[in-house]
Amino acid sequence: MLRLLGRKLLALIPVLFLVTFATTALPDLVDGSPVAQMLGPGSTPQDLKDLEHEFGYDKSLPVRYVTWVGHALTGDLGESLKTRTPVMDGITERFPVTLELAVFALLMALIVAVPLGVWTAAKAGGRVDRVIGGLSSGLLSIPTFVSVFILVYFFANPNMMLAFKPTGWEYISVDFAKNIEFAFLPALALALAEIPQFQRLLRSDMLATLQEDFILTARSKGLSTSYVLFRHALRPSSFSLLTVSGLTLGRLIGGTVIVESYFAIPGLGQGMYQAINGKDIPVVQGTVVVIAIVYVLLNTLVDIGYSLIDPRVRAR
Amino acid sequence: MAEPKTTGSPTPDEPLLRATDLRVHLDTPRGLLKAVDGVSFSIERGETLGLVGESGSGKSMLVRSLMGICPSIADIHGSVRLDGRELVGVPRKEARTIWGNRIAMVFQDPMTSLNPVLRIDRQLTESMRLHLGMGKKEAGERAIELLTLVGIPEPVKRARQYPHQLSGGMRQRVTIAMALACDPDVLIADEATTALDVTVQRQILDLLQEIQAERGMGMILVSHDLGVVAGRTDQIAVMYAGRMVEHSPTADLFAHRRHRYTEALLGAVPRLDVPRDQRPRAIPGAPPDLVTLKSGCAFAARCTAADDLCREERPELGDELGAHRFACHHPVGEDVAAVEGVESGQPSLMKEATA
Repeated sequence: MLRLLGRKLLALIPVLFLVTFATTALPDLVDGSPVAQMLGPGSTPQDLKDLEHEFGYDKSLPVRYVTWVGHALTGDLGESLKTRTPVMDGITERFPVTLELAVFALLMALIVAVPLGVWTAAKAGGRVDRVIGGLSSGLLSIPTFVSVFILVYFFANPNMMLAFKPTGWEYISVDFAKNIEFAFLPALALALAEIPQFQRLLRSDMLATLQEDFILTARSKGLSTSYVLFRHALRPSSFSLLTVSGLTLGRLIGGTVIVESYFAIPGLGQGMYQAINGKDIPVVQGTVVVIAIVYVLLNTLVDIGYSLIDPRVRAR
Repeated sequence: MAEPKTTGSPTPDEPLLRATDLRVHLDTPRGLLKAVDGVSFSIERGETLGLVGESGSGKSMLVRSLMGICPSIADIHGSVRLDGRELVGVPRKEARTIWGNRIAMVFQDPMTSLNPVLRIDRQLTESMRLHLGMGKKEAGERAIELLTLVGIPEPVKRARQYPHQLSGGMRQRVTIAMALACDPDVLIADEATTALDVTVQRQILDLLQEIQAERGMGMILVSHDLGVVAGRTDQIAVMYAGRMVEHSPTADLFAHRRHRYTEALLGAVPRLDVPRDQRPRAIPGAPPDLVTLKSGCAFAARCTAADDLCREERPELGDELGAHRFACHHPVGEDVAAVEGVESGQPSLMKEATA
């Protein structure tokens, strides 16, 4: 297990090098100086030069990169060009919000999709299977920017029973109940997009597992159908689902821009969106590093998950 | 435990396991497939029935119908009574208290019939915890006893392992231990040794026979190999195209085989005691398609003695369990076209036509 972890962390190094170098090179690829927007009206070219010098944009790419890496290693990711606050502060504030949202959404999707996947596989070809299959196709074709409106209309409507908060945020560390009120709808919006593919993936893997001889053995023991499905068939059928869950979590952490913007959630996605719009290179760079690290860590977790699911992986 | 009758037996002379006119019909897209079509037999305690036939003869489907593990498209008719309790047509929930408990099964391929992600002890104990209401600890201790019983060395260590850490023979011993967990009255071995090495095959068969004698279980040995069941059974039923074609006490069957198909099967068994130039004879042709099966004897197309009568009228097996039954118009040893088979077949044929 430790060796696996070590190998994964080593693999992180080239990934981090590539993404950080690419983001450092960004200003050289686009027109205009990244600091131009910081200047007020009536500023002179000399002001621009001074500002570029202050932030180090007058130096060559390799020098800039080495300087950035040097600072990053001491935990200093630079200063936001817009707010002139440390990038690190913004990330430590926004990251937990997005992480919570992504994990919440993933759990919601799994809680709904796993029973549905098992059920539709057990009744493959039957009415339940066809109805759920149709519904999931429908759900799959509703884009997030549409589903958020529907969700807010039904679940954040004071005239309805369920009145979740349509916009804003409360930190989980401040008030848990309030936090759920704010987090529920955005997490559901994210989950809705994942449920159909999770359900389909599990259904097809379950169908294959249910053909296995050991399922006959289990049934011949007089075990109930649900016991056979959940205790014998589910685990060997959940490899693809685990893989996709890991990828999904990574994707949600990196890009919940639409949902975060719509619900006005101060998360990583929204921060990144603003930073890209404002050519706030240091913020983009810092956020990308965090997301890359999270991706690799998630992949490691998924690998560990395989060995928990299947003892034959452990032996290798 | 070897007492012939236990509880819940409505008729005093009820055998341990009795199947009457058992039919398993599969509703396939191509049409109705009669995988098992009117099979009757009975087994007493301590008795072994050998079920023999080629692949596709319906023997596996027959034993699966006894265990309630037929595919969902299967329609099961007729009657199966275990110690007087009906298993066909009763709610699954009720029958599940019998399956895995009073009647248990060992499957063909030990490499695939154990769940790869669950420990041996977990797979051994779950039926005990379900049927016998044992606690985790009690069932765990019994699992070790069972592993010892089936001859697994270091049972405590093995119980904590996963199937992939055991050899094929060892795994089949585990599946036997699993089947024995609730001390069943009837044990079914569906080609239980076919996937194993010849040397291991013998060990496993000996083990099954030993345990059966010890516990006075009824047993069904399913095999495509007459040689496997020859010395280990009390009665043998030969199946062809979903029906029994010959059914008799074992000694009688080998001494006076009557059905042409049985004879052909015996000719296909490789033997060490015949000259090498006399190779085993394969049976020409292939088993018939069960969906498009026509009237007449299903074996007629492959039979050397078949005539028009065989192609038109299906010979019947007869109803008398325990006697030497065979469904053939021209049985072996009566090379002159005999009318006997027809006569004995007539009444039951008419009965079926009116049913």
